[in-house]
Parts: sequence; C-alpha cells; structure tokens
Amino acid sequence: MTISSEGAPATTQKHDSGPMFDADEERRARRRRNEEIAKYVIPVVVMALAIWLWDRLVVWNEIEPYILPRPGLVLSTLIEDWATLSTSLLVTLQITGLALLVAVVGGVGLAVLFSLSRFAEMSFSPFAVILQVTPIVSIAPLIFIYVESRLVGLLLCAWIVAFFPILANTTLGLKSANHNLQDLFSIYRANRWQRLIHLQLPSALPYFLGGLKIAGGLALIGAVVAEYVAGTGGVGSGLAFRILEAGYRLQIPRMFAALFLIALTGVVIYATTSLIAHLALRKWHESALKRE
Amino acid sequence: MSPSDYTHKPPILQMREVDKTFGGQVVALRRMSLQVGQGDFISLLGPSGCGKSTALRLIAGLMPPTLGRIEWEGDHSADDIGVVFQEPTLMPWATVEKNVYLPFRLRGKSLASVRDRIHEVLALVGLENFAQSYPRELSGGMKMRVSIARAIATNPRLILMDEPFAALDEMTRQKLNDDLLSMKASTGATVIFVTHSVFESVFLSDRILVMAARPGRVIAEIAVDEPYPRGLKWRTSPRYGEIARQTSDALNGALHPAGGLVA
Repeated sequence: MTISSEGAPATTQKHDSGPMFDADEERRARRRRNEEIAKYVIPVVVMALAIWLWDRLVVWNEIEPYILPRPGLVLSTLIEDWATLSTSLLVTLQITGLALLVAVVGGVGLAVLFSLSRFAEMSFSPFAVILQVTPIVSIAPLIFIYVESRLVGLLLCAWIVAFFPILANTTLGLKSANHNLQDLFSIYRANRWQRLIHLQLPSALPYFLGGLKIAGGLALIGAVVAEYVAGTGGVGSGLAFRILEAGYRLQIPRMFAALFLIALTGVVIYATTSLIAHLALRKWHESALKRE
Repeated sequence: MSPSDYTHKPPILQMREVDKTFGGQVVALRRMSLQVGQGDFISLLGPSGCGKSTALRLIAGLMPPTLGRIEWEGDHSADDIGVVFQEPTLMPWATVEKNVYLPFRLRGKSLASVRDRIHEVLALVGLENFAQSYPRELSGGMKMRVSIARAIATNPRLILMDEPFAALDEMTRQKLNDDLLSMKASTGATVIFVTHSVFESVFLSDRILVMAARPGRVIAEIAVDEPYPRGLKWRTSPRYGEIARQTSDALNGALHPAGGLVA
C-alpha cells in the first residue's frame, strides 16, 4: 500500500476528493475575485486622489478661494448654506420629477396612439421631431412670454427635452414584436387591445426603459437650462438660479456647492432609472442575462 | 392517388383548387387541393420555395387565397387551429405556464379555470416541473415542447406545424418525433406538418404531399400505410426504407423537372 501511494503522482490522489481546480481555473477565479473588488475600489481611490490633487493645486499655487476654492471649503459652504441650497434643490427636484412623469405619460401615450393609428403618427410625428431638434434655449424665452406661471413654464421646457426619447423608443418598441408571435395572435384572433397589452407593450418595455434612462438625465438638463433662461429669483428658485446668483456675487464656493448638488441629482436619477430597468428585465431580457 | 381515397375519415377541411399569387407575378401556389380528415397526419414535403409554408399560412387564415376556396366542415372558430412555428415563438417575459395560458387568455378565461388543463398538457410534453420557468432557462428542445403544449392546449381541430424541429440537433429531433407521435396517439389530433426531411415525413405521417417549386404545386401524394403507434421498429423496417425511397424519387422529380441527367 505505502509503496504504491508513494509512487503515485499527486494529481491521481485528488480524483475522489470532491471538486478539483487546476492551475488555470484557479488563476481565472483569482482574477475574477480581484476584478470584483477593483470594480468598487478603483473608482473611489481615483476620485479621492483627484480631489486631493485639486486641494494640493490650490494650496501649492496659492489660488484665491474666489477663483478656485479648496474642496473642504466647498463642503463647509454646502453645510453653512444648506438652508438656502436645500430649498433650491427641492425646487429643481420637483420640476425634474414632474417633467419626467409627464414625459413618461405623454411619451408612452403618444407612442400607443401612433401604434394604434398610422394616420395619427403621420400627423403628429413631424411636430415631435421639430420640438426635439430645436434647441430648448431658443424656445424657452417664448415659452416664458406666453406662459404666465413660472413653474408651468419650467415644466414645459423640461418636458419638451425629456419626452422625445421616450416617445421614439416606445414607438420603436411597440413595432418590434416578434413576427411569428404577431401571426400567432392573428391566428388566435386577438383584438387590438389584447395585442397591445399582451404583446406590444411587453415587447416595448426594454425600449421604453432605455428611453427612460436618457429622459431622466434630459429632464434635469431641461429644468436647469429653463431656469437659466427664466432667470428670475426669489423664493421659488432652483439650483440653477443659485449658481447664477452666486456667480454675480463672486461666491465661487457656493457655485461649486450648487454644482455638486446638481451633479449628485443627475447621478441619483441615473442610478434610479437603471435600477428600475434592472428590476423589470432581470427575469427575461437579454440585456440582464449573465452569460455563463 | 387522389384525395377521394381518404374519405373514410370524417373531413374537417377542404382546399379546392387554391392558387396564391403575390404581387400579380409570383405564383407561390398553384391548383392545390387537399382534403384533411379527422385524425390525419399529413406532411407537406418539398424544397424551399415550393409553397409549403404558404399553404400553411392560407390554412391558418393569415392570408386569403387568390383563387379557389378553403372550406371548413361546420363552424370555423379561432379555437380550431393550433400552430407550432420553426422557432419556439414564446413570449420571453412570461413563464412557461403563462405562455401555454395565452390562447385561453385571449378567449377571456381566467388562469385559475384552466390551470389544470395547462398542467395536463405540460405533463404530456414532459415539462410538468417547469411551469414557473422562463423560456430563457430552457433548452431549444424544451422550448419547442412548450410551443407544442400551447398548440394542443385548447384541443384544436387542426394543428399546423411549420418545420418545427428543423433547428434542433438530430438526437433531440428524433426524441421529439417520438413524443409527437405519442402525443398524437393520446389526443387523436389532426396534424399538417411542413418539413424538408424525407425521413421525418415518412416516419411521422400517414400521407405525404410532395411539392415542387416555381410555381409551388403538389406533384405527388404518397400514402404511408403503417399503423400507429410507430417507433424504432418502424424506423428500421424495410417498408420504411421503401417508402422513403419512393418519396425521395418523387422529390428528385421536383428538383429536376425535366427528368434530370437521365433524360
């Protein structure tokens, strides 16, 4: 017994000892683990380094805070001015959220109308395209002349920018149902509503969610741009106005603080819409599949 | 042989002198007549472009014939037809159970009222444990089984199959052929089966319509008089080989209309 086991190479003994990993597989597993950690660590470290470098540049070059403030000053301004800034943040959030909501309702509603009636599509899609291709900054002044309420004007601007990707994507999605499935629905003599609800809308869902991701960012851009144009200050002012105002008064740290909040809002919107898309599609759509 | 030789079975569908022309130019199908009797298993066999899929779409009512008539025996309703396409054609967002539920749902029936039937047909195709799976979790052969379960769930008078196993590997295909026959035996279903495989058509059907292209037409009708159930014994019998050769010859006639090199 002892003689034979001594003579046997190490690998043959492993055969009945459960799962086996060869060197190559082990290497790949290690690389996967490392990548998994790096995915979170690297962005954080690089971001921290960049902020540190920013801070050092200001110190080394003795830059005045009204030209470029240190990151610490931006943070303390954010805390000091939180009362003003948070009210403005709420206004911007409100306009962005409402505009996005109306864009979803309007975009999906129009897309469904287009899919039900070719004539409606022929009639109205030129308007949608014109609205989309005309820069919002050039329409906004007119809107604020015609629309009395500042809030409604801001909403309208943000909506114009945000609704098109939802309309375009959902329209495409409603048309993209599998042809054989369409035939199957015809053979089963499904009516228009059944076809819409059980075939077209589910087929359009991934397209719609793609549009939503784009529209979320655009709604924020629309809200900010519209406020720049609207310009008026006062109690109901959003973050964009705070940036303008701080610029006039050379309160550069405050500009940075407001800018930080806008960027953060954009990131949160993107993360939220991505999460919604993931939750809605993870069970069945190709985009959510993990390849083995 | 003429269609009148099969009148011993109660007819459910008649195609009379059906023509289908596209754009006034392309003759997809010329003078096709076919009588489908209760319990028939008919194969439409031919090269691509011979109009076999067109014939199936005409029968399914997806388009009207240019000339001729398609007549159903008695009232014809949407419940008369079950279809299996070349691809499984499942709704990827719905579970297996919900996919099989589709024809019932479109009739306004609640899931609870037909759940037993759904599970019965899933058991029939061997997928009783996969009711809550999504299509992407299944293999190609399993998806095809779901598609078959959906087609037979409403007990349609006629099941149309358009090259359903063409995309599957040979082993899965044979298994599904066997299972299709046992399904047919237990349900007494009537099937029209489009294929371009001689062996598949001889193994499965009791009647083979050999078709030719340009223009699409039926050039031969071959009866397969082997009784069901059929299995491995049939697949290896001399009679099977004989009919396969006969069918092959007819098909060669379709590919070389002038008689080929011999003429």
